[in-house]
Amino acid sequence: MNLVTVSGPPSSGKTSVILKVIEALKERDISVGVVKFDCLYTDDDILYERAGVPVKKGLSGSLCPDHYFVSNIEEVVKWGIREDLDFLITESAGLCNRCSPYIKDIKSICVIDNLSGINTPKKIGPMLKAADIVVITKGDIVSQAEREVFASRVNSVNPKAITMHVNGLTGQGAFELSTLLYDEMEDVETVQGRKLRFPMPSALCSYCLGETRIGEAYQLGNVRKIKLGDEDE
Amino acid sequence: MNNIKNMTIGQLQQKYPFIINYFEENRLNVEGFEDKTLVEYLDHFTEEEKEEWAIDTHKLLEDLSSYISQMIEFLGLKDDNKVESLTILAGTDKDGEVEGFKELTIHKSEIVSIVGPTGSGKSRLLADIEWTAQKDTPTGRTILINGEIPDKKWRFSPNNKLVAQLSQNMNFVMDLTVEEFIRLHAESRMVENVERVVEEIIEAANKLAGEKFDLTTPITSLSGGQSRALMIADTAILSSSPIVLIDEIENAGIDRKKALNLLVSSDKIVLMATHDPILALMADKRIVIKNGGIERVIETTEEEKEVLSQLEKLDNVIQNMRNDLRKGLTITKEKFLIDKQ
Repeated sequence: MNLVTVSGPPSSGKTSVILKVIEALKERDISVGVVKFDCLYTDDDILYERAGVPVKKGLSGSLCPDHYFVSNIEEVVKWGIREDLDFLITESAGLCNRCSPYIKDIKSICVIDNLSGINTPKKIGPMLKAADIVVITKGDIVSQAEREVFASRVNSVNPKAITMHVNGLTGQGAFELSTLLYDEMEDVETVQGRKLRFPMPSALCSYCLGETRIGEAYQLGNVRKIKLGDEDE
Repeated sequence: MNNIKNMTIGQLQQKYPFIINYFEENRLNVEGFEDKTLVEYLDHFTEEEKEEWAIDTHKLLEDLSSYISQMIEFLGLKDDNKVESLTILAGTDKDGEVEGFKELTIHKSEIVSIVGPTGSGKSRLLADIEWTAQKDTPTGRTILINGEIPDKKWRFSPNNKLVAQLSQNMNFVMDLTVEEFIRLHAESRMVENVERVVEEIIEAANKLAGEKFDLTTPITSLSGGQSRALMIADTAILSSSPIVLIDEIENAGIDRKKALNLLVSSDKIVLMATHDPILALMADKRIVIKNGGIERVIETTEEEKEVLSQLEKLDNVIQNMRNDLRKGLTITKEKFLIDKQ
């Protein structure tokens, strides 16, 4: 089975791009399944079901979604193998711009959109910088100049990645993307023992554990203070 | 690329001035480290800082080599990147039937229009061109550049995209003035004389736009016609893509004939999806798309060219009335006489 991790900011077009890619893969009789990770809510599973794609969803709820992803990815791979899939896609929303779900030697795609603004490449961390393929969406609604500037900024933070424009509505570019993803020779049976491409940040403080009260006395664990420039030196 | 690791940051900046973008976009403040190598600079971060700001020192080093070689290639290619012609070799339609043409070659400065119902395969044709298809897309078409199988760079290099697109629902989304906007684009294209390019573009855009605008106008407050004029002038003069695809140009507030002439005079190959007779007939040829394939390629006939000149007169009547209304004049029957144009 092939495994691909797709990640990107909310509403960047991940699901639309994946659905168009699946259409192209199905033409080649490749069976595809999706596991969608989100935090509080998603109804994307309905879209996949409607397209006849085996799908599971995982909501991380009170946990950090990327930590939740990495704690469950092995089970997800096992599910894909039980379903006898040729191709398993995990989709997760990058919510804090700091974590990324990418695993070493597993193909990774970051989906970002032109509307997010030209400073966005600078703001996103490993989710963009460590991706193998960067898919840029919504190119049909911004000017050619903005498309070019955006793509060149993506290139300067991740020059090794293949940068592609895909239109999630018309599917333009999705077939081409699909040809870069499926590799007959690749066979992932487990991800046990593999490593993340980049460590997720450590955050364990009283608020992670449900504290709601505000004030110095309630802040325990890994707490850091904002620098406003008027500390006593 | 080993010598990059031994060079100081100051030496790197001198040899590869564009490297500033790399430091800037990766938020690496190298000020004060000019006499250190990049490895030494990256080593000055503590483990906490690396974790805090998600700094992957190993990757930053590797990426820098890739970035430098890509930029050198991009700058070097500017001149020999010329696309003289684009050739489409027939594939099949959705039912596997062979397309109704064998070979279509479009030379630079030529305009070809694309007609056919929505969903008939226009996006697929464009995608085939963008991907320089080699019988490896659903249509089985082959795309040749300058009569030859194209270099892979057209597929994968982020700085060498074959097709620039101008579509109906494009908007400016950045919060900049016209001048800042053109500068930003010019800088990303590594243009040497930014001032001149800015002047050139605003001048060209104002020739196309019904209402003039200046460099201090915010791009988001341009009218529809002004926006299209600026987008077309900018694409003609600054875009590195040799092929321009236009998805309809609305009639309002822009001189479409001049717009096409500007693109053509910049040595672009122009493909235009349109059902507007004035635009479609301005093209030298038109591609008819049906059921996912090219059904036929029609050369614009002499008769059609004659009809076109009548249509243009008609269009002038409408444009003049539009201007009269804008100026607060009244419309008379006399203004409707086509032969007076």
